[in-house]
Amino acid sequence: MCATCGCSGTAVVRLFPADWAGHIDDRPRHEHAHRVAGHDHDHEHHDHGPGQHDHDHDRDHRNGAERILRLAEEPDERTVRLEQKVLAKNDRLAELNRDWLRQRGVLAINLMSSPGAGKTTLLERTARELAGKVSIVVIEGDQAAALDATRIRAAGCKVVQINTGAGCHLDAEMVAQGLRALDPPGGSVVMIENVGNLVCPSLFDLGEQARVVLASVTEGDDKPLKYPHMFRRADLIIVSKTDLLPYVDFDSRRHASDVRKTSPDALMLQVSAATGAGMQEWYDWLRRRILPPED
Amino acid sequence: MHELAITESVVDAVTERLPDARITCVRLEIGALSGVVADSVRFCFDLVTEGTNLEGARLEITETAGQCHCKVCSQDFEPDGPIAICPCGSIEVKVVAGQELKISSVQVA
Repeated sequence: MCATCGCSGTAVVRLFPADWAGHIDDRPRHEHAHRVAGHDHDHEHHDHGPGQHDHDHDRDHRNGAERILRLAEEPDERTVRLEQKVLAKNDRLAELNRDWLRQRGVLAINLMSSPGAGKTTLLERTARELAGKVSIVVIEGDQAAALDATRIRAAGCKVVQINTGAGCHLDAEMVAQGLRALDPPGGSVVMIENVGNLVCPSLFDLGEQARVVLASVTEGDDKPLKYPHMFRRADLIIVSKTDLLPYVDFDSRRHASDVRKTSPDALMLQVSAATGAGMQEWYDWLRRRILPPED
Repeated sequence: MHELAITESVVDAVTERLPDARITCVRLEIGALSGVVADSVRFCFDLVTEGTNLEGARLEITETAGQCHCKVCSQDFEPDGPIAICPCGSIEVKVVAGQELKISSVQVA
């Protein structure tokens, strides 16, 4: 079981170089990489849940009733103060990722949305139009399959696919493995396409410098009020598929007003990756954030 | 259902800090604006602790209220639900409390 998310699946990281011509190998493979370019990650393997940890204990496995009785009788219990954030381990790993990215001069963007909001399509167009100008590598997060990695690779980017199994989000350790496999050069951009989900990914820091949330017009205009945690922590909110506005019931003014209620400081852009409308603003936003590579 | 993930992280953090102790009680602090539902954590706890040194432990959750500061009228207020709007009507607010997701202490036998 995964230590961070509790999912029963094992995350699988697969690298597809941009110039790779072979077919997608769907056999599960597990990489035991726990270092990002020399940064030691002091943690246990994510495949080992607490149930599998070795620990000496002298208790037998009594049934619940006996156990409660015994506990009530024990006089010498003591309180140990921990005062520890529940996600401290993930946050610690995320900070290591962030430091490593900063030292390399690499910009990492955590791209989140519900499934089908257009994250991959936005990345495909971005990769094609910025080819030769901005170096972009991609970490793809999905429960299963390498469909998105195949699309991104066809758009000319080096990409790793992380399959989270039953997991509903990427965590900092998975991203560390992805970064190690991608080895992004200084001055480049790592696009982390999170698992399509408006709930869980918002809680897990990956070490990114900015969070971008896509909200497609086809999902309806009520998402900011229904999923406020996702919108609250966004730096940029992209309203996607705007070419479909004439055909769907989406009130742009109401949507913008509701976004403001959850996320008063986030910037909003309207984009259609199909027609290209609004893409230039997205590129400008991105370019303002690209870091100079450090020595 | 990220509460399963959260509960798993609690067990993991406690076993990491106290690998040899038998835990009889776990005390958590969950803020109203943390995005985590306390009842769901309670639901997952017995399942996730099974076979660990937290098995059979009591779970005590303190749910802390949200607290926001309005940048327009400068008053502090408790938001009504996850959307923070100041009673003055402003949405220019900063969350100052209620995002906690913390293991306060554990009881060791």
